[in-house]
Amino acid sequence: MIVSALVEALGRIVGVRWVRHRRAELKTYTMDGLPTRESYPGVVVMPGTASEVREIIRLLHLAGVPFVARGAGTGLSGGAVANADAVLIALTRMNCILDVDPVHRRAVVQPGVVNARLSEAVAPLGLHYVPDPSSQAACTVGGNVAENAGGPHCLKYGVTTNHIVQLEVVLPDGSVVVLGSPHGEPWGPDLVGLFVGSEGMFGIVTRITVRLEPMPASVRTMLADFHSVRAASEAVSSVIAAGIVPAAMEMMDRACVAAVEASIYAAGYPTDAAAVLLVELDGQPDAVEAEARTVETILRAQGARTVRSASTDADRARLWQGRKKAFGAMGRIAPDLAVQDAVVPRSALPDIMDRIAEIRDRHGINISNVFHAGDGNLHPNISFDRRDPDVAARVHVACKEIMAACVEAGGSITGEHGVGSDKLEYMPWIFDAETLGAMRAVRRVFDPAERANPGKVVPIHTCREWTAARGAR
Amino acid sequence: MDRGPGGPVSDVVHGRLRALLGTSGVERDQAGLPRAIPDSADALSLVCRLAHEEGWKIRVEGQGTWLPPDAPADLAVSTGALDQVVSVSPADLVATVQAGAPIEALRRRLADEGMWLALDPPGRPERSLGSIIATATAGPLRHGFGPVRDHVLGCTVATGDGRLVKAGGRVVKNVAGYDLTKLQVGGFGGFGIIAEAHLRLRALPRADVTLVARGMRDALTSAARDVMAAELVPAALELLSPALAAEADWVLAARFLGTDAAVQGEVRRIAPIGNLAWQPLPADRTAAFWGLVARGSQGGPVTLRLGVLGDGVDDTIDLLAHDLDEGLLSAGAGLGMVRWTGDAPVERLRAVRRAAAAREIPMTLERAPWPVRRALGHFGAYREGVGQIVGRLRDTFDPGQCLQVALEGAGE
Repeated sequence: MIVSALVEALGRIVGVRWVRHRRAELKTYTMDGLPTRESYPGVVVMPGTASEVREIIRLLHLAGVPFVARGAGTGLSGGAVANADAVLIALTRMNCILDVDPVHRRAVVQPGVVNARLSEAVAPLGLHYVPDPSSQAACTVGGNVAENAGGPHCLKYGVTTNHIVQLEVVLPDGSVVVLGSPHGEPWGPDLVGLFVGSEGMFGIVTRITVRLEPMPASVRTMLADFHSVRAASEAVSSVIAAGIVPAAMEMMDRACVAAVEASIYAAGYPTDAAAVLLVELDGQPDAVEAEARTVETILRAQGARTVRSASTDADRARLWQGRKKAFGAMGRIAPDLAVQDAVVPRSALPDIMDRIAEIRDRHGINISNVFHAGDGNLHPNISFDRRDPDVAARVHVACKEIMAACVEAGGSITGEHGVGSDKLEYMPWIFDAETLGAMRAVRRVFDPAERANPGKVVPIHTCREWTAARGAR
Repeated sequence: MDRGPGGPVSDVVHGRLRALLGTSGVERDQAGLPRAIPDSADALSLVCRLAHEEGWKIRVEGQGTWLPPDAPADLAVSTGALDQVVSVSPADLVATVQAGAPIEALRRRLADEGMWLALDPPGRPERSLGSIIATATAGPLRHGFGPVRDHVLGCTVATGDGRLVKAGGRVVKNVAGYDLTKLQVGGFGGFGIIAEAHLRLRALPRADVTLVARGMRDALTSAARDVMAAELVPAALELLSPALAAEADWVLAARFLGTDAAVQGEVRRIAPIGNLAWQPLPADRTAAFWGLVARGSQGGPVTLRLGVLGDGVDDTIDLLAHDLDEGLLSAGAGLGMVRWTGDAPVERLRAVRRAAAAREIPMTLERAPWPVRRALGHFGAYREGVGQIVGRLRDTFDPGQCLQVALEGAGE
């Protein structure tokens, strides 16, 4: 429990209106986007400046109190949820774009800037911020850094870690370090690379320098539908084997298409298709034109029934609408949606889709698949009602089986959502005790007392112990 | 006791290594220093554990073509017997290679199957992948395909005390756990010895065209800015000093890779830029030209890289020319990064590092004889607080300080 003296001290730092500690006020912060992990934080504090973050962290360091950083709370792995003994630090007030440098294509932002707002702000300069998670209308750049967030367009342009060049970080002892450089070249070992994706366990970022990219001169979106998921998966591999790297290649299965088409987000996808594939090409108009012809030939050769193509913004938006709003559309199916995340080598896609269907049927649950096919990043989404304990138990078992199948296929337990608290139990499936021990030891370099986002990512009981020779150097 | 090569300690080390690895797993280098040649990651970790327990200093050697094998040590550990391309998956565009594998061997194997690794590091074709990854030395293709870290999906590393850490994975997208791979890429072996790596590959492009323009340096850097402003997408846009290019003038080389249509479009669009006479290289000379650029970075004993933004390239070259010389220089003229090769006293190199740091430009010592590495360090002039983090990370991955790697200089 958080003592009232600490609540008052936090209020003196940020002002009492930015401290929440009554149970009803805390309700908003009991979950993130994962419906199966709920926990009331001890208190929520909302700093408005980097110096307030430093003061808060310093105070918590002196008091020995754990803390959890949180952005918009759209995370899908239960990573931004705190227990009653911890302070939840909500960074959404720190939402200023501090600097935009169109010449060097850089922007400096506070952690609470919403992903899509950044792209909107730099659009008049012909630039955008590339990583585009589905939650981009709400999620924050700080949260993206913590999770190393991805998105459809990461196939060609890389995930968050490829777009962050410099970070100002408040370490868990309240000290401040600047990692990286404006160019992106590491200043010493690649500590920016190490920090991105550390899920809030190494410290809190207060200033983020991101890379911006020019808007492509021309974009073509194509939609193909297939009579089998296998044929669509093979088409994906064929496109990449032809040396074409589309900006995005996204797949939706029949269940997902049905959910989308029954919703207000209906995009005109063929509901009788087993799989729908969205392929987006970008670049110079002549190159895009030529690549589009090649891609269409490949898609048809792999069994596409129809291939639609759009190049105007309005038509493209319509083709994308169903994909972007798929998660929303699934909200109509059941009260809860477990958006799962796993990765397999691309060549394993057809088989793994069969396995997921088999798991779905055996447990009698509802799974819709919408995923980043180009990089083998699956999102089997399970619609269910967690108030029914029997269903919730079956969902848990099914998730576990899907993860096991992906790991068995040579994949990973998460491609972009993070481990958080949701996937702790799967970590030993892909990392041995020594490697998990190394992760914990690295975490202790940044946070010796393990107070930053405690209990996430690394299952401590399965780690081999590492003890660094302290101060040997 | 005499710790020198051939001395009594050396004999003890040699004997213990032979007991561990068998006679074929140990030899002596020219100076008589025992050299362990483990043929598996497990054997590598055993060697490190033994060295850790005995307090022996290890010097890591790859193919011996980049960093000179000259760090004083009780034993050398060579990745020479870890030189296999373990697996290649054309369908997934992923390869698993052992650290001692020469990049040229991988290149040939991949080309046979229509793939390539989009890295053109400085140095010789037989340079080992472990060396390229540990030093994070990317070449001109960095412009289009990113730094070395973007190509490494995971790696197995033996720490200084002989633990085996398996970081990352074999899939192109993966956020499970902390990204320990990033620490090893460009860690210069200070956090362990890379045994094996999983690499991201690409399908071989259909078209590969390089155009070169010659002229005054400022005219070329200005043209490079115009190339960027026009949103062309070269795979490389490299500025080369006359000495490096073996020409009378500075050279700006633009390389375009991709489908025929894309490349032809780019070639048309670059033609009017900068009022330069852009000349396409004959297809049969392209590989030789870029090979020359790669080897040019070994024309002197010291190589530096400076992480500068594109429009700071000119100023940075001025700085190098003023404090050192304008010798063998190559620079990413679009997205930045300057590489200098030559010879200079440590004090002058240190002055460059300080001057660069004042401009927010990190300078990495990529290659130098041991006395220079020890005095200057691969890294230095850190911002406040960073040195402590790096030191604690080294304590974690090499608690006995067995790995003879000068991450920071003795004089910093």
